[in-house]
Amino acid sequence: MNLAGYVIKRIMQSIPLLFLVSIISFFLIRLAPVDPLAELRLNPSITQETLDYEVQRLGLDKPVIVQYGLWLKSFIKGDLGYCTTGERVIDKLKERIPNTLLLTSVVIILTWAVGIPLGIIAAIHWRKPIDRLLTILSSIGMAIPSFFFSLLLLLFAVKTGWFPTGGLTSYNFSEMNSIQKIGDIIHHLVLPVVVLFTISLSGLQRQMRGNLLDVLQSDYVKFARAKGLDENKVIYKHALRNAINPMVTLLGFEFASLLSGAALTEYVFQYPGLGRLILEAVMKSDINLVMASLMIGTIMLVAGNLIADILLKIVDPRVEAV
Amino acid sequence: MAKLSGFDYNIKQDLIKSILKDKFARCAFFLLLILYLSVFLASFISPYSKEYSNRDKAYCPPSKIYIINEKGKLSFPYTYNYKRYFDKENFDTKYIEDRTKKYRVKYFSKGEKYKLFGFIPFDRHFYDVEKGGELYLLGTDINGRDNFSRLLYGGQISLTIGFLALLVSFPLGMLYGGISGYLGGKTDFIMMRIAEAIMSIPSFYLLIILASILPANMTSIQRFSLIVVILALIGWAGFSRVVRGMVLSIKKREFVIASEAIGASNLRTIVHHILPQTLSYVIVAMTLSVPSYILSESGLSFLGLGIQQPDASWGNMLKEAQEFINIISRPWLLTPGFLIFVAVLSFNVIGDTIRDVLDPNSKER
Repeated sequence: MNLAGYVIKRIMQSIPLLFLVSIISFFLIRLAPVDPLAELRLNPSITQETLDYEVQRLGLDKPVIVQYGLWLKSFIKGDLGYCTTGERVIDKLKERIPNTLLLTSVVIILTWAVGIPLGIIAAIHWRKPIDRLLTILSSIGMAIPSFFFSLLLLLFAVKTGWFPTGGLTSYNFSEMNSIQKIGDIIHHLVLPVVVLFTISLSGLQRQMRGNLLDVLQSDYVKFARAKGLDENKVIYKHALRNAINPMVTLLGFEFASLLSGAALTEYVFQYPGLGRLILEAVMKSDINLVMASLMIGTIMLVAGNLIADILLKIVDPRVEAV
Repeated sequence: MAKLSGFDYNIKQDLIKSILKDKFARCAFFLLLILYLSVFLASFISPYSKEYSNRDKAYCPPSKIYIINEKGKLSFPYTYNYKRYFDKENFDTKYIEDRTKKYRVKYFSKGEKYKLFGFIPFDRHFYDVEKGGELYLLGTDINGRDNFSRLLYGGQISLTIGFLALLVSFPLGMLYGGISGYLGGKTDFIMMRIAEAIMSIPSFYLLIILASILPANMTSIQRFSLIVVILALIGWAGFSRVVRGMVLSIKKREFVIASEAIGASNLRTIVHHILPQTLSYVIVAMTLSVPSYILSESGLSFLGLGIQQPDASWGNMLKEAQEFINIISRPWLLTPGFLIFVAVLSFNVIGDTIRDVLDPNSKER
């Protein structure tokens, strides 16, 4: 199967999946004995017209199945309703999604750039002191609760004053020139990135090590060694290419766990991302916002898996769509 | 659940032996043992009850215990109470030791009455202080409650909730995967698409949404059990997919055909003959997932969506450490985080060792 056909087939497969997710999350949220518009009604700055519009958009006077249909229709049209603050949900999402994507992509790039080499080093020096040390360090990295680590770094930031203690931009951001702006964002990103990087690095390093160790035992590596190839060539030319393939699949999972893991980190660092948005929405029982960010989170996750699958197809053309 | 066939006495002995042989695993094992024993005996070890609160001593620093008295001689352990005063220059409430009166630390003395293990009435505590004295080993929180005692009581929840969630999610996942894989065809297709849909929702988002739809007016027991159920609902889907994959290959084996031939029902074939074959994988997966349940619970409580005050859990105790002023000048409020870290690390190390024994091909360590 060619690449284009594969991509189209995978996209077609994700559509029923998203549909199913929307059903599950819609009924889950409707389980809550909350009037979805309660907070909107209490906000004096919301006009009666907006309220009427929302009642009509959500079909609150109609049976649940019809409500779901109406919600789905307006979701596809891109109309996500209003938050309790009176802002449009879609504007809020547009503001937050790039921030979360920025955070997760920086973390993924860094973890791959550091985790893969560390995994290789550990596998090559299997059961030697350096491997032991890396195993201990990765165990520690996996065991630190992200929110606790964030708190410790926050303590560090407050004590030393070297890093800002939250947010993504400084108060005088709008007055800066573009180079200062980039510098300011990087300055704010350091601590959250360190937290998420440490946590996902450990898993990646271990996985890479395990894969390479498996491959190093296979027959073709033994054969390559037997015919007298240079050990470096055996590892980097024969073993490594095959050990990387499963890692590409892992990319999708990593993206998923970052979306989840980032929520607590974003919360502690007051980072304006999707995770904190959904948290705040849940706490204020802002149903429109919860529903929309849940769907967007799912779409991002499914898209992440999709990209990982396509990448895998590129590096390993033997893969077939199921 | 069927009896543990395929997982006989020998392997169990092997497991314990290999845990005790590896030095990291041994440390982890004893650390966990100490943690579990102390939370199990929480009401005996802690000098104060869960409800104790001294409103005049909010954020009191840890008491210092002296064994050398002011004359430089060895003495019976004693402590001083803290005195609160107002720092007029910085507008801050501060504590200073009140050196006028010593209070001796007492061991195995009579104190507040409680029920040991929940049913034996008892009134002796492992340590306590003379009447009038206050002994806060790890300081107090905003309500003047003893941090050390609450750590132990909180551990009762934080360290057991993961296991309880496992007891719900793993049987569910096994049965779901077993049925799906065994029946095959359309049922399999539909069941697996549903599992995939649940896996596609970012798990933490799902967790907080489920936790937030819990009604507010619940007793703490109800809340605890519902949190267990919610935690369990997150993990089962991915697990059931793996079980299904294993069932697909197991169901072609002779003993399954034999079971069908003697007319055993589908459910019986699945539960009694197929699922026991997956046990060694299940045990590895279970030990490796305890930490993630502990982390999820503490994360949830940290956000205020899990275990609620006045009940303690390590997550909701850390909630107070979210304020800058607390992490800077009251570092003792961070202790629950260290305990979560230690518990999770130990479970990870033991899980790795168990995997090495049950799945010798994997070389992750």
